[in-house]
Amino acid sequence: MIALSDYLIVSAILFSLSVAGIFINRKNLILLLMCIELMLLAVNINFVAFSYFLDDMAGQVFVFFILTVAAAEAAIGLAILVVLFRNRHTINVQDLDTLKG
Amino acid sequence: MAFDTTQLIPLLPEIILLVGVSLVLVIDLMVTDKERTWPFMLTLFTLLAAGCTTVMLADGTTQVVFDGTYIRDPMSDILKASLLFLAVPVFIYAREGLMKSGQWRGEFMTLTLFAILGMMVMISSNGFISLYLGLELLSLCLYALVAFNRDSSKSAEAAMKYFILGALASGLLLYGISMLYGATGKLDFPSIAQAVVGKESDIVLVFGLVFVVIGLAFKFGAVPFHMWVPDVYDGATTPVTLLVGSLPKIAALGLAMRILVDGLGELQESWQMMLIILALLSMALGNLVAIAQENIKRMLAYSTISHVGFIFLGILAGSDEGYRAAIFYVIAYAAMAAGAFGVLIALDRKGLEVDQLHQLKGLNEKHPWLAGTMLLLMFSMAGVPPTVGFFAKLFVLEAIVSVGLTWLALVAVFFSIIGAFYYIRVVKHVYFDKPTDDVEVEVGGAAQVMLAINGLAMLALGLFPAILMNLI
Repeated sequence: MIALSDYLIVSAILFSLSVAGIFINRKNLILLLMCIELMLLAVNINFVAFSYFLDDMAGQVFVFFILTVAAAEAAIGLAILVVLFRNRHTINVQDLDTLKG
Repeated sequence: MAFDTTQLIPLLPEIILLVGVSLVLVIDLMVTDKERTWPFMLTLFTLLAAGCTTVMLADGTTQVVFDGTYIRDPMSDILKASLLFLAVPVFIYAREGLMKSGQWRGEFMTLTLFAILGMMVMISSNGFISLYLGLELLSLCLYALVAFNRDSSKSAEAAMKYFILGALASGLLLYGISMLYGATGKLDFPSIAQAVVGKESDIVLVFGLVFVVIGLAFKFGAVPFHMWVPDVYDGATTPVTLLVGSLPKIAALGLAMRILVDGLGELQESWQMMLIILALLSMALGNLVAIAQENIKRMLAYSTISHVGFIFLGILAGSDEGYRAAIFYVIAYAAMAAGAFGVLIALDRKGLEVDQLHQLKGLNEKHPWLAGTMLLLMFSMAGVPPTVGFFAKLFVLEAIVSVGLTWLALVAVFFSIIGAFYYIRVVKHVYFDKPTDDVEVEVGGAAQVMLAINGLAMLALGLFPAILMNLI
């Protein structure tokens, strides 16, 4: 029997990997978008695990909404990526330095 | 729970807005004139109709419908009404600016209206699911709007940064929500509020709370999660900056109040400390860095960050007085920001955006009305009496002094004084410097009238703050 904590540890690892990916990756914007998807999937594992162990359906319903929104988010992200590539002819993260936050 | 149509009545403002935005979307396909008068009129009509419906439905009671996912209460009424009515000047200014740069397209109206719909859903959410959906509807529209100027590589870069950090914020918020769900087993705020009683030191709960607060801080743009604010303000075209800088702040306050007060009110001691740190850092960094900015859009971005610190002060007081002060502050701030970007739009020329401080020099000689409006708006942002900005700050400070955080009030006043410098520098440029060029200011009639009303409203609400305060 797999315990709740195992699921939580897996999702925590996935989540940390994706956050690390967002901050460490300096090369490719597509990787950043993949990290964002991975982050949402880590959250989904959390929700499903809690939902199963708490015997409550609401968590799984939330997962469906997150999946839908993630798809819309990816669409917007790729659209912005296309606009960026048309203007800059590069999707290298290091080249995004005109604006200095 | 059985469904009956009376449950739809509290949702009337949202329904009107949704019908309106669908009509705008379809009608815009058929219009051929460059000014897009019909869709624009329909947009304004929709906003006013939804705003008036909100006011009519406001009776001081609380209604919960749709199996406890949607709530209509006095706070949602005031926030939604101010959101919808403030959207009218925002649209008028934005139209002026987009016409000048030749980008007045129908998508601006639809995306903005959908963003407003998302804000309303967020303000009225009574559970994490509706809150998340409203938040994403708002964010996705804003990402697309920031990239609205398709041919500008600056806009595209700003949109990409906004998108990545916004998605990261959503992810952190969701991770926090999943932890809260695990600790309480509930997703709607009243049940969560019951479930957390007596669990103040539950480690999972506090862990979730930390993530939720970080997500909130990202969405507000509080230091140290503020990196996107100056880039987005600078990179986006001014009409979009106007939108991003004004209305979403009202919705963000609704978001914070729903999660922190309605849902996790019992954990107030835990989140108060986090908000104190965020507020202090925001006020300090926002005000100090704003001084160094030559670009007025970036200056206003850092000024936003410092105002967010003040809004947090109102929330962290944890008293009804504090919440009311925060609501007053955020409404006043949204109106000031809309006006300030409105003036910048009025100064724009065909194909050239005004964004440097020195371009404001000698405005008084060119256009005294705009100069006077800018004066009122800058004084209001700095908090000079008798403008509304002074009372907004006063109410917040009163609230935190009355809960015993006097030292925090002193720090806030100290940083406001530093902040006054860069606002008054703008006034100096406008009134006491010679113009550097002799280009005429061209501004449309509607925008000019609206700007004058906007500036005078700051003064009127400052002279009679009770008009607004009694509504909250």
